[in-house]
Amino acid sequence: MSKVHIQAKINGKDTELLCEPRQSLLEVLRDELRLTGSKEGCNNGNCGACNVLLDGRLVNSCLVLGVEVKGHSVTTIEGIAGPEGLHPIQQKFLEQAALQCGICTPGFIVAAKALLDRKPKATEQEIRHWLAGNLCRCTGYDKIVRAVLEAAR
Amino acid sequence: MTKTSEYRVIGTRPIRHDGVDKVTGRAVYGADVQLAGLLHGRVLRSPHAHARIRGINIKRALALPGVEAVVTGADMPDAGDRVAELGEGAIVLRHLSHNTLAKDKVLYKGHAVAAVAAANPHVAEEALGMIEVDYEPLPPVMDVQAAMRAGAPLLHDDLITESLGKTSGKPSNIAKHFQFKLGDAEKAFALAEVVIEHEFHTATVHQGYIEPHSATAMYNPDGNVTIWTSTQGAFTARQQVAELLALPISKIKVVPTEIGGGFGGKIRVYLEPVAVLLSRKSGRPVKVLMNRADVFEATGPTPGSFIRVKMAADKSGRLTAAQAYLAYEAGAYPGSPVGAGAMCVFACYDIPHVAVDGYDVVVNKPATSAYRAPGATNAAFAVETVVDELCEKLKIDPLDFRAKNGAREGTRRADGPVYPRIGMIETVEAARQHPHYHAPLGGAHRGRGVASGFWFNIGLKSSATASVNADGTVNLVEGSTDIGGTRTSIAMQLAETLGIAAEDVHPVVGDTEMVGYSDVTGGSRVTFATGWAAYEAAQDIKRQMIDRAAQIWSAKPEDVTYNAGLLQCQTDPKKKLTFKELAAQLHATGGTIVGRASVDPPGVGGAFATHVVDVEVDPDTGKVTILRYTAIQDVGKAVHPSYVEGQMQGGAVQGIGWALNEEYVYNDKGVMTNASFLDYRMPTCLDLPMIDTVIVEVANPGHPYGVRGVGEVPIVPPPGAIANAIYHAAGVRLRQLPMSPPRVAKAILAAAK
Repeated sequence: MSKVHIQAKINGKDTELLCEPRQSLLEVLRDELRLTGSKEGCNNGNCGACNVLLDGRLVNSCLVLGVEVKGHSVTTIEGIAGPEGLHPIQQKFLEQAALQCGICTPGFIVAAKALLDRKPKATEQEIRHWLAGNLCRCTGYDKIVRAVLEAAR
Repeated sequence: MTKTSEYRVIGTRPIRHDGVDKVTGRAVYGADVQLAGLLHGRVLRSPHAHARIRGINIKRALALPGVEAVVTGADMPDAGDRVAELGEGAIVLRHLSHNTLAKDKVLYKGHAVAAVAAANPHVAEEALGMIEVDYEPLPPVMDVQAAMRAGAPLLHDDLITESLGKTSGKPSNIAKHFQFKLGDAEKAFALAEVVIEHEFHTATVHQGYIEPHSATAMYNPDGNVTIWTSTQGAFTARQQVAELLALPISKIKVVPTEIGGGFGGKIRVYLEPVAVLLSRKSGRPVKVLMNRADVFEATGPTPGSFIRVKMAADKSGRLTAAQAYLAYEAGAYPGSPVGAGAMCVFACYDIPHVAVDGYDVVVNKPATSAYRAPGATNAAFAVETVVDELCEKLKIDPLDFRAKNGAREGTRRADGPVYPRIGMIETVEAARQHPHYHAPLGGAHRGRGVASGFWFNIGLKSSATASVNADGTVNLVEGSTDIGGTRTSIAMQLAETLGIAAEDVHPVVGDTEMVGYSDVTGGSRVTFATGWAAYEAAQDIKRQMIDRAAQIWSAKPEDVTYNAGLLQCQTDPKKKLTFKELAAQLHATGGTIVGRASVDPPGVGGAFATHVVDVEVDPDTGKVTILRYTAIQDVGKAVHPSYVEGQMQGGAVQGIGWALNEEYVYNDKGVMTNASFLDYRMPTCLDLPMIDTVIVEVANPGHPYGVRGVGEVPIVPPPGAIANAIYHAAGVRLRQLPMSPPRVAKAILAAAK
């Protein structure tokens, strides 16, 4: 299958890549750009482990085709922290012990950022509602919700 | 009880050492492994729940451009009848081999039949569709009771029941029947004043880790193999691959990647041998991945079960006798955790007369694997609801009843052991004192339930080495996959012993060539046993640091003391060095210091938990909402309290999912109809309140810091506690898991008639 030339802004940088039309954005990020922080847990939009921001909007990258991001901006977990250090949500995840195995953590952090970008003072109920698209099997969510609440203070 | 103030590091909450990698997406998990020239492997799986394989034709698949290798069961060497010990359960090698790639029969939908390595994953998937398998479908048997009946379809022609040490001589689906007896239960029941007996059913449920299985293998022309895999035990994976492929263990290196959850399900190998075979055939490194449906359909769930429990008490509320019949589905091959279930079933109670019968039964479902306190949760669901009914009949508060009848030091369990110091009663006392237990329910259709649970925990073998750096930090290499923060809980024990900061230890999980043999991350053993190895490695460092200080001071080693990171010469107290100061002098005084240890500690401390839950039941829909949840557990000593709480919360929530929603739904052809995260309904954060925790610390006398295993027992009480809460909210006793809305609604309707 011939590849398509794509230009997009990935984590703030103008990026060129080649991908097959059948490749999902998640495959393109992981296999073509080697940005493996976005995880595949289900490949059908149910677990949120592959969450990225597409023009600032939260999406499951397994449900977006790579070719669809042509001319758009994508932020992955790798783009959340900068040279100046961790994002406050990342810092709170560490302080609150909001991860165990850590496989769902990138998705939760990207999703939480999307929420707090819109609602910096989100309540517990708003956080639980927003993060219902992200599955975690280790923590029982308690410490994740607390970490996001702390970041929302 | 151990006081926190005794320790400087243990009991504090440092940021985990691998934390930054995991919040930035840099940590490398199984599927993240990238190698030059990497091929992508996919596995062809059986569409039938039960069928004979008459033939497999791989020609068309091999001819597809981009396909580099195809393997089938014919590529697996013949495995003998040896039994491989996996750390948390054992399996016959032949079964493990046939489970990896089927030989002549497929025994469940999703059973691996062949595998392809190709230039990209899409080509590999296309090629799977070109493999022609000639199946002769056979009738499946999907339920433990049906499988036990005479005339049921047989999975294995050569499976002969072993019953109480004797063999029946006839093929059957019942692999094993065993018994535990204490006292004379029959006689005690004959004299009993209050007896409750019920039957229970539990559904097949999955561990539900978010990371699917994966394995990457590189077979070199010299016969050396490297395997990168997400596993709970690199050494156990190495052992299994060696046995399955008839390779010496010295030829295999297993590199454990970060692991995205396991809960017992990532101990047995599935993809590792397949990746090695594909790499050997193609001459290229191969990465094989499962998708989510593969994970549900072809990796180890925990058994569905049929359980009958009968318990008797006298009018004063003292338990006098108990009897249990446990039949667990092993899945396709023998080896369900019914043995553990039978040991745990009455483990929370002091009962003089007990009889337990256990049955291990094969059915056409994936071979079951360990799942967090394997076998215990099914049994506790039954026992804890029967206990609640006894309490109701005797008009005794359920916590008072547990305080009266709970197991304590000196209690004999039906399978033999007498408990050392344990904390069952302390968890009950903590529950009694907790405000949750006395808070008003605050509404209609609400109820409160309690339940207790037990899990043994295990010890097993762990190794560690620790090197002192010139700047006074220590590099620690251990062999236990870090599934939930154990790098830190182990490093903290080393730091405590040396009198240095947790942040001054750099823990690394080694591969099978970097560290001595270490058993699986399972059985809640890592903080206990690998922590012990770190403690011993630190003792080794301390001894050598004392010798070095003595050498520098021209003193005798016995005149040098080491306290809280300070070395001092007792004959000349002006001579003293901190750990850091001495570390800086090591290179100039003979070289660095390396501590090492390999342990197999015997003093495992059993874990008890008591949970309190408030629910609201919607009488129209049968939906159960968890309003408040408090998990109380004896942890021995909480090394890192945040991660201990995390284990308690996570275990409780897995138990809530098991109780309320999770189940494998099969159609009449034995095909799972809900093999996705959408339809296999695990709890989301919207389904739950905060999960309160109470850490009870009854120090384990068998560990230098009093540590007990923590990880598993919190999954045990929830189904029983929730069933009891539903009864107190809606007046119906649910005796089948999951207690999903249709089932609860049906029970409410039936009760109203």
